[in-house]
Amino acid sequence: MSLILDHVSYTYSIGSGYEVKALNDVNLKINDGEFIGIIGHTGSGKSTLVQHLNGLIQATSGSIYYNGADIYDKDYDRKELRTQVGMVFQYPEHQLFETTVFEDVKYGPKNQGLDDKKATLRAYEALRKVKFPEENYDASPFELSGGQKRRAAIAGVIAMKPAVLILDEPTAGLDPKGRDEILGLIKEMHDKSGITIILVSHSMEDVANYVERIIVMEKGAPLFDGTPREVFANYKKLEEIGLAAPQVTYLMHDLQKKGYPVDPQVTTVEEARQEILRVLGKK
Amino acid sequence: MLKDITLGQYYPVDSVIHRLDPRVKLFGTLIYIICLFVSDHVAGFALMTALLAGVIFLSKVPFSYMVRGLKAILLLLVIAGAFNLFLTPGEAAFTLWKISVTRQGIRSALLMIFRMVYLIIGTSIMTLTTTPNQLTDGLEKSLSVLNYIHVPVHEIAMMMSIALRFIPILIEETDKIMKAQMARGADFEKRGLINKAKAMVPLLVPLFVSAFRRANDLALAMEARCYHGGEGRTKMKPLHYRRVDGVAYLLILLALVASIVVAVLF
Repeated sequence: MSLILDHVSYTYSIGSGYEVKALNDVNLKINDGEFIGIIGHTGSGKSTLVQHLNGLIQATSGSIYYNGADIYDKDYDRKELRTQVGMVFQYPEHQLFETTVFEDVKYGPKNQGLDDKKATLRAYEALRKVKFPEENYDASPFELSGGQKRRAAIAGVIAMKPAVLILDEPTAGLDPKGRDEILGLIKEMHDKSGITIILVSHSMEDVANYVERIIVMEKGAPLFDGTPREVFANYKKLEEIGLAAPQVTYLMHDLQKKGYPVDPQVTTVEEARQEILRVLGKK
Repeated sequence: MLKDITLGQYYPVDSVIHRLDPRVKLFGTLIYIICLFVSDHVAGFALMTALLAGVIFLSKVPFSYMVRGLKAILLLLVIAGAFNLFLTPGEAAFTLWKISVTRQGIRSALLMIFRMVYLIIGTSIMTLTTTPNQLTDGLEKSLSVLNYIHVPVHEIAMMMSIALRFIPILIEETDKIMKAQMARGADFEKRGLINKAKAMVPLLVPLFVSAFRRANDLALAMEARCYHGGEGRTKMKPLHYRRVDGVAYLLILLALVASIVVAVLF
């Protein structure tokens, strides 16, 4: 049970004056239950990459396998694939269209062929999962605040009960509180239901706190792929491509230079705290 | 998906034609159309072909690009050609089953197809070598005489450039929303008119909402920069004629004279 990308390349607008090579020979294996962060600069190909995973974009060359089946096979059911690999787009609130939030969340399950009763149940579950305030279930999605719209839109995708959930910049445009809440929800979903989560972001800070594996995209191909510790060890190289390691990484490196025997590879503030306390305790 | 639409798209290379003043290209296209309808003889066709070939060569735009625009009018060409072929009265050339094809019919069908094909190719050269902004700039400047009879030329030109600017944005937005709804299991290839219309709702509602939001944002941004219409407004890149433009005007007029002479002689 996994997603495998085999020599996948993709070029935008072939044959026009504006050809852009978005993906360049990408090989990846995404295992079940992983929590992956994909980071990269604007135009590094991260959004294009994730849109391949549920067959919304067809690769110019290469193959993609989901649970061992080639998704480009003629009789492969790509509609079914999309319900298995759920995708929350950037600014997902722009896709809301129904008269009430509840109806909008039911859209996905209904497309899966569920009857009204089951779809209602799914919508209810999903809205509960994203902690959407109950008094607004019947409100028009256009009257909600930004953060609530985003929750409703995310619920619209998780109501389909995907086995893999892809989120493209789910925190873009939210305030720090909203950001932490959304990321916390995603983490909770991963821990409780064990689904695979792929989080696309350009913020190292966001990603470092939550994910187990980071893939850094640069010029259409993965540059680094590993645990946050492994990836942030290359913080000099990350800077060169315009990304930055989390601020604690810098702090720990500075402390090490000053002569404190700390482990510079910690990635979160909490770990850094533990590490500093450990060193100070020793003294 | 939808990004592959090329009708009226700018092709970015650097050529003599690209650098011409948009007013010259507008005027040239107008004269070219007049020439097309003046010529009705093989000699005239030959002249227009030579002219077109020269401009295509100078523009450095691949020929396949211009032909692409023809696909859109293929059906129109076939129908128009057929009507001319079968319904023109005159001396019968040959008879197919009960319908006779006349000499005049063949002639007018050929003439019709020739004119339409050349019209599309010629005008697409203009849009392929001129950015929409240059085009509206050129239009605004050329039509500025109409200001004297209180036609709001600047406002019309501004509306045109905004409309043109929004086409790719809306196409991109449509593409994005389509994908987002497909990710939620939407099926845009359903059969039947009612099913098709129903499938469009999740696409059209968000699209309208976003179009209004964008229009609102744009209006606000323009107001914040004190936009108040055309009066007293200067340009960042004002249009100036250069020597090449003069030469181009001369050549265009020569072509007009030549095609009139050819039409009168033959």
